[in-house]
Amino acid sequence: MSSIGTGYDLSVSTYSPDGRVFQVEYAAKAVDNSGTVIGLRVAEGIVLAVEKLVQSKLLVPKSNRSIQTVDTHIGVATAGLLADGRHIVNRARDEAENYRDIYRIPIPGKMIADRVGHYVQAYTLYSSVRPFGASAIIGTFDHDGPQLYMIEPSGVYWGYHGCAIGKGKQVAKTEIEKLSLDELSVVDAVKQAARIIYAVHDEAKDKEFELELSWVTAQNKRHEFVPADLAAEAERLAKESLNEEMEDD
Amino acid sequence: MDRFSGNFDRFSDLFNPYDSNPTNANHAIGDFTKCTRKPLVMGSTVLGLEYQDGVMIAADTLGSWGQLARYRNESRIYPVGNFTVLGAAGDMSDFQHTKHMLDSLMIKEYYTNDDHVLSTPHIYEYLSRVLYHRRSKLDPLWNTYVVGGYNNGERFLGYVDLLGTTYQSSIVATGLGAYFAQPILRNAVEGREGILTEAEAIEILNTCMKILFYRECKTLNRIQRAKVTADGVEISEPYALPTEWSFGEGIRGFGTQTQ
Amino acid sequence: MGSFVRHTLTYPSYMKFFLVLVPCIITVLIMFRNQYDNDICTWSPQGRIHQIEYALEAVKQGSAAVGLRSKTHAILLVLKRSSGDLSSYQKKIIKIDDHIGIAIAGLTSDARVLSNFMRTQAMHSKMLYNRPLPVYRIVSAIGDKAQANTQHYGGRPYGVGLLIVGYDEKGPHLYEFAPSGNFFEYYAMSIGARSQSAKTYLEKHYELFADATLDELVRHGLHALRDTLQQDKEIDTQNCTVGVVGEDQKFETIEGDRLQRYLDLLDGGDTGQGGETVESMDTE
Repeated sequence: MSSIGTGYDLSVSTYSPDGRVFQVEYAAKAVDNSGTVIGLRVAEGIVLAVEKLVQSKLLVPKSNRSIQTVDTHIGVATAGLLADGRHIVNRARDEAENYRDIYRIPIPGKMIADRVGHYVQAYTLYSSVRPFGASAIIGTFDHDGPQLYMIEPSGVYWGYHGCAIGKGKQVAKTEIEKLSLDELSVVDAVKQAARIIYAVHDEAKDKEFELELSWVTAQNKRHEFVPADLAAEAERLAKESLNEEMEDD
Repeated sequence: MDRFSGNFDRFSDLFNPYDSNPTNANHAIGDFTKCTRKPLVMGSTVLGLEYQDGVMIAADTLGSWGQLARYRNESRIYPVGNFTVLGAAGDMSDFQHTKHMLDSLMIKEYYTNDDHVLSTPHIYEYLSRVLYHRRSKLDPLWNTYVVGGYNNGERFLGYVDLLGTTYQSSIVATGLGAYFAQPILRNAVEGREGILTEAEAIEILNTCMKILFYRECKTLNRIQRAKVTADGVEISEPYALPTEWSFGEGIRGFGTQTQ
Repeated sequence: MGSFVRHTLTYPSYMKFFLVLVPCIITVLIMFRNQYDNDICTWSPQGRIHQIEYALEAVKQGSAAVGLRSKTHAILLVLKRSSGDLSSYQKKIIKIDDHIGIAIAGLTSDARVLSNFMRTQAMHSKMLYNRPLPVYRIVSAIGDKAQANTQHYGGRPYGVGLLIVGYDEKGPHLYEFAPSGNFFEYYAMSIGARSQSAKTYLEKHYELFADATLDELVRHGLHALRDTLQQDKEIDTQNCTVGVVGEDQKFETIEGDRLQRYLDLLDGGDTGQGGETVESMDTE
């Protein structure tokens, strides 16, 4: 890597001669090394799915969630350093509460993305801090319908129809592009999300993983984990499609 | 003007609406901060009782502005979570503040997502802590609250007022209800909590609210009821209690009669 | 001048190594390795933060702690060190509240800061809601607190790992907390020096723990803890403490003579005196 040893990559307050901030790029590496996280936006809601890599069989399944809730109507899935992800989520919670205190309505999607984006960006400005080693996919439902945003360690954020981050983001993005998201029901989106996570999982490198699925639907506009029976069904279908693919090979 | 240089950065003389700078000479007279000293829009009675399925609460929908019946569709019953209900008497803007505060609290419970949710006794404890704290700051929330709930097969009914005074009982009444309705509730409910049916409970509350309407000018005959049972909170739409005024004909000094 | 030349000629050939190679190696090390591991707010090109990883090493300086849980109980077992015959064994289990206790491995003073904070949190919950603080919340509170120490220049991450056991409305829990701010819920876990040996035991037997009685659970724990010992050492009533919390049982520590009953459950091996000798004064 040309950046190494130049001395221009040690602090977030240093530009390299060609105008890059390497520390931010390095922080993004931490995100690229983590399990895959995807978000899908369809007409009646959003779906978040996480490939949570399981490091030990002593871990209690279903605990240690990496999708978290912010306010009642917002879900955030983070990739990268777990503790950094929690920091971002806690800030998002504060912002959501602050918005409610002032305006007495739930915070809209683009406001929460904007506020959290600003916060993350502030950590790319000063040598006394380091940038976040985590990206956050924010899914919510506001008066304009379902909203999906992704915030990167640089603080940049965009709205998406579908997005992916982590180890398998390239494959996941290709898979998401094949979907006709506008025509998908939320239930089908859950099944597709499960299928994609199973498809990108690299069994050779990472042994076990747990699939986490959550959604915000038009029905009650609350961020919740996908009901157990539907999650099990989606997982069953995902495994089936994986086996079919193997047989085709 | 603050003449103590050490305080220059602490108090702004340009914007200090309460003139809170203690180094200012006129503070010898007092008036450091201003607190609620007089409530404005007021709600009156809230009644609560325990019955066999859980807890029932009733309140009328009047927000009085002094002697004026100013707001006649003011809901004074509010759900907190799935198994708790809050009834409020006193200042309605303070009640709105409390509702928002409890909403924020329950949102935090929701997003923590560890299967633990504050139950009624916890919410009651929290509310009484807040009220006691505010009275200790000499800035009370000008309310009396009735907290009712049903958790894991247990009924809960509690009272907390602007001083932070608390008590739990199978019957609770605020405002003038404590004088007019409490004796009736005692006779009808105490000792019979476990056998009182829903229909009987409704009847008792309707009767009490009607009596209050007859006796107190800050009560309306338009009321709301809430019940908390194993199925959760159910708050009724406001409804009018039928009243009877014809007896006035026979009373000397009533209405427009002069003799 | 002449003497100088003669002198240089008498240098042994290996001196060349010190004079030329060593400075080169040091320069290379400074350039390529050390430059990314000196402070907490520098990312390495691979997307790692070395200072956090070094803090995780501090946990391994402390002696082992083991935690297990069944359907009714969660327990802690620790191996204590003393700095010599004249000194007592350093306490490694701290009670937080009636329903929560922790075991520590790493810098004791950091653990005291954290446990003080945890006690405050627990009291806060009792005062404000009259509710024993759910275990997850106390663990996430210290997790978030520890994360802040990994992101700002001038500080350092905590140098201590914790095992947290607690019993709340949802039953018994066991968590591990690490200086990185990460925390996970486990069926069984070990931290500290040579804890991998204990982990191996736990991974082999953890399926038995759920339905185990308290005695069985403690026996499994002692077995796992014994596996972390150095060759000639054995656990005894002096160098070991057990912490228990569970259904209708407030958190309590068992040590000294009261521990003998549990040590007797262990098969084989003598229970003579002598634990580990201290390696570093301030890590337990």
